[in-house]
Amino acid sequence: MVIIGEQRQGATAQMRKTFETEIQKLKDEMVLLGSMVEQQILGSVDALKKRDVEASRRIREMDSQVNARRYAIEEQVMIVIATQQPMAHDLRLLASILEVSGELERMGDYAKGIATVSIRMGDQPLLKPLIDIPRMAQKGADMLHRSLTAFINEDVDTARSIPAEDDEVDDLYTQIYHELMMFVIQDPKTIERANWLLWVAHNLERVADRVSNICERTIFIATGELKELESNYDKKK
Amino acid sequence: MATNKIIVQNLSLQYSDGTESLRDISLSVQTNSITVLFGPAGGGKSSLLRCLNRLNDLTEVKGITGKILLDGENILDPKTDVNALRRRVGMVFARPVVLPMSIRQNLTYGLELAGEKRKSKLDEAVERSLKLSALWEEVKDRLEEPAIALSGGQQQRLCLARVLANQPEVILLDEPTSGLDPISTGKVETALQELKKYYTIILVPHSVQQAARTADFAAFFLQGELVEAAEGKELFTHPKQKRTEDYVEGRFG
Repeated sequence: MVIIGEQRQGATAQMRKTFETEIQKLKDEMVLLGSMVEQQILGSVDALKKRDVEASRRIREMDSQVNARRYAIEEQVMIVIATQQPMAHDLRLLASILEVSGELERMGDYAKGIATVSIRMGDQPLLKPLIDIPRMAQKGADMLHRSLTAFINEDVDTARSIPAEDDEVDDLYTQIYHELMMFVIQDPKTIERANWLLWVAHNLERVADRVSNICERTIFIATGELKELESNYDKKK
Repeated sequence: MATNKIIVQNLSLQYSDGTESLRDISLSVQTNSITVLFGPAGGGKSSLLRCLNRLNDLTEVKGITGKILLDGENILDPKTDVNALRRRVGMVFARPVVLPMSIRQNLTYGLELAGEKRKSKLDEAVERSLKLSALWEEVKDRLEEPAIALSGGQQQRLCLARVLANQPEVILLDEPTSGLDPISTGKVETALQELKKYYTIILVPHSVQQAARTADFAAFFLQGELVEAAEGKELFTHPKQKRTEDYVEGRFG
């Protein structure tokens, strides 16, 4: 009986090890996907700022690689679920990887949107030099980076603290909006170029919003609690 | 509103050889639901199951304390009519044990023993119990054939039907599908989902996956202790106790 018990323990440990290897591979893939999206966000704004249409095209093409990576993660998660039948924390982690990989892909789509704006602008000059838009991109990419690190490490405290930083991004957006409206009021011919920049700022604002969703999933994995995290701005509304 | 069919209060059990025991178990079992008792071997789940229809009377028990209330009556009371109790609380075991008789006789045996002689009543019980255990369509034209000729999966459903023929209130199942193929297992599990509409079911599953599939309520046992009891969907997605989590995630067991 004892021998059977030991064999069983050994088999369980081996199965667990296989599972943990699979999870680690998925986490590595998530980090890779996250860094690609980060690069896309910063690169899309940088190309816009420099009016480098070729670079914007490269950013837009990068989107298909991001999408392919996300689908590969999704498929791998399904294989792990089917073959390992995870439960409890393991199941929450896998469900969250599905969710977060989708969020990352959407963020990549926002960067693609910014690249598209830049391509459409062609050789037209920017309405104004870009200052706050690169700040928004920097802040959004930084929030994304830290939220994904917290996700991988299941760092609940960091995950709880990041969504409040969304206010900073929202403030920049409001500032950009007012500034662009001033251009339009003074000279209605600027409406198209102002609109392009507003679109860019809007996309960056959405990136920061989606970071909150990643944070929510981090808390869900660690605690089983699933609820919306509000920024201070949301609370005031 | 859901009511408690069985309430276990502070139940402790020691066997004479000290191999397995239950320590201060308190648990409520709801009517018309499937309650799953699960955990690693030697955790006490089968011991508890066997207490629920006093099968432990047949083994060497050193001491038993606490209460098991079935509809408010303590079945551990020495005055309990054990035969009547076992008709109310039927049991299906891991390995199907069919009687060396025809399919029909396997089902009517218990009723005849209890004094039922009317053919119409016996026929009715045979058909009803076979339909409930999802076996009727497969055997209705060969009820007089020996039960031993049935496949393993069919034999197990026959054992379930034999329990049902006695019109019990509670059905106990101790790893009823451990020797069955996935299709037969599926049939038994589907039958249980139907049966819970009429009976209270307590199941010791053969795997955590089966526990998760079938449980309305689940209780996790470890070394004689009830670690955690909760609704199945709660316990298998976010258990509260670390030990439960570790077990359902396959970290030990």
